[in-house]
Amino acid sequence: MKLESTLRARRDAGHKLVVPYVTGGLGAGWTDVVRAVAAAGADAIEVGIPFSDPVMDGRTIQEASQRALDIGATPAAIVAALGDVDIEVPLVVMTYYNPVAHAGHERFAASLAASGVDGAIVPDLPLDELDGWADAADSAGVETVLLAAPNTSDDRLRAICERSRGFVYGVALMGITGERETLARQAVEMGRRCKAATDRPVLLGVGISNSAQVAEAAAAADGVIVGSALVRRLLEGGGPEAAAAFVAELRTGLDT
Amino acid sequence: MPAPARGEHVHLDPPGPEPSARGRFGEFGGRFVPETLVPALLELEDEFRVAWASDEFRAELAALLESYAGRPTPVTECRRLSERLGVRVLLKREDLTHTGSHKINNVLGQALLTRRMGKQRVIAETGAGQHGVATATAAALFGLDCIVFMGAVDVERQALNVFRMQLLGAEVVPVTSGSATLKDAINDALRDWVATVEHTHYCIGSVVGPHPYPWIVREFQRVVGDEARRQCCELLDGADPEVVVACVGGGSNAMGTFAGFLETSARLVGVEAGGLGIESGKHGASVERGVPGVLHGARSLYLQDEDGQILEAHSISAGLDYPGVGPEHAALAADGRAEYHAATDEEALEGFRLLSVTEGIVPALEPAHAIGWLAREAGRSVPTGSTVLLTLSGRGDKDAAQVAERITGEPLP
Repeated sequence: MKLESTLRARRDAGHKLVVPYVTGGLGAGWTDVVRAVAAAGADAIEVGIPFSDPVMDGRTIQEASQRALDIGATPAAIVAALGDVDIEVPLVVMTYYNPVAHAGHERFAASLAASGVDGAIVPDLPLDELDGWADAADSAGVETVLLAAPNTSDDRLRAICERSRGFVYGVALMGITGERETLARQAVEMGRRCKAATDRPVLLGVGISNSAQVAEAAAAADGVIVGSALVRRLLEGGGPEAAAAFVAELRTGLDT
Repeated sequence: MPAPARGEHVHLDPPGPEPSARGRFGEFGGRFVPETLVPALLELEDEFRVAWASDEFRAELAALLESYAGRPTPVTECRRLSERLGVRVLLKREDLTHTGSHKINNVLGQALLTRRMGKQRVIAETGAGQHGVATATAAALFGLDCIVFMGAVDVERQALNVFRMQLLGAEVVPVTSGSATLKDAINDALRDWVATVEHTHYCIGSVVGPHPYPWIVREFQRVVGDEARRQCCELLDGADPEVVVACVGGGSNAMGTFAGFLETSARLVGVEAGGLGIESGKHGASVERGVPGVLHGARSLYLQDEDGQILEAHSISAGLDYPGVGPEHAALAADGRAEYHAATDEEALEGFRLLSVTEGIVPALEPAHAIGWLAREAGRSVPTGSTVLLTLSGRGDKDAAQVAERITGEPLP
């Protein structure tokens, strides 16, 4: 299991983990962005497969998804393109359940494996509905990352940590993705609770927007996922260099 | 003539069947939501199960339906329309409820649940505005804060209802994402709820969404069908109508109606939005043309492209402009207990005019689809001489300006 083993190894070597999120299909050069953030020190990369109705996402990722769809992005093309990025850093796709179900569990899992994608995050597929997909993903060697939320009960949190593969995604606030002025008060507690429940790597994501917030959140967990803050830079016209500079800045903030 | 319904007491029949484990109706339904919403849905399910079995809760709801919403609603025998069509048409008159549509039945129940859960704020989505108005009404009655998400396109075509909601103290939030219609209003309501779930109840207006909503909304709407069946029995000397028909967007008035007749041998027909015609691709016929998928928390039938992206629906009526259908309808269609057909925008307009001139009843554009379908099928798949119960889910005042503009090409002065 490359995703979890890579993240564990980095963590156990004393590093905090940074996982940037890039919307797949956002502009012709989106795979260059993936390569650039890999080179800039990402520990894994989350690639969004756009869906028409992303209910867990705020304005920034909604807009990026819509733009990508408008220029013809498809799940199959994005997954295929990931097969050609040729980087060592583990890749995790994030998408909603309908495109997965529509493609078919086995077919979708097989396509991820064929492209060298290591993991998948499906935020509208909670523990109780996981069976069909998770079985197919496990068989194909794709690690399914589960989310835990600040209002998740202790019992449920233990079950989520147990079933999650790759890492545990701690949702750092009550709400949808998007940049925030300050780190939510729930973030540190979320990290602490997940860490107490599992030895798997724990990453906090949602509403973590800049170096200061990354440092604060990472201190309570094994690392962070940063999405909207990076995608906004891409929407504003930034390319691979801008994305790499941002990830390098987060990396430096954590390593010093 | 049968005795008038007004003055009778509201009688709630015993609870109907629960969906199976994990909220399934056959292979449809379920709870496909972000983890953040799971605790609230579990709480709501427990709360509803207890409340719905409690005599006290049921008595309070029945009293509200009676003294506030104006139930029971009558079944009206349509003499001139029947003569015109050659079939006996009975209308279940949800247009006569307070706020002018069946939506009030559900929101009063959900408002009581909101109070039981100790929440102070409700959010709702709305298409035509009828559910938004109903929710704003119940929120005013119970002293709750109320936010209504409404597609920007619908805000434009339903200006009267927007004003009504504001007058009732609700905040109306225009939704500009996606197709800016009902589907997107639900998206934004879910996004709000993910952030506010600890003190907010999401008052869903149809038999859609994650478990337990399709079950709860069906149970709160089944008063329509249970009442109608008793009224039909009285009118038809103990017999049931041969055909029961209702329009279907998400499907709450149809599900409420069908719930009362599932055990009979009546042919159950849901009429979906045919838009510009099924072949045009611009329609809302989710059962006829949808495929299984997951949206808004439930596995059901949805209009989608070859990659699983949800398509925009099209309908002249904002209330049917939804690319999916409630999971219980999908299950009824799959096992053949109910059938679903489409009526086009033009057929709905014809239904709108027909009921107005023959009976002096101006229907909302949504049930006008059911009337349009019946006008088309009378003497064909609905044999001459049959008895048909049709649920008139709402009144047409809200649509008058839009229809006038469509007919004359000019906005009303």
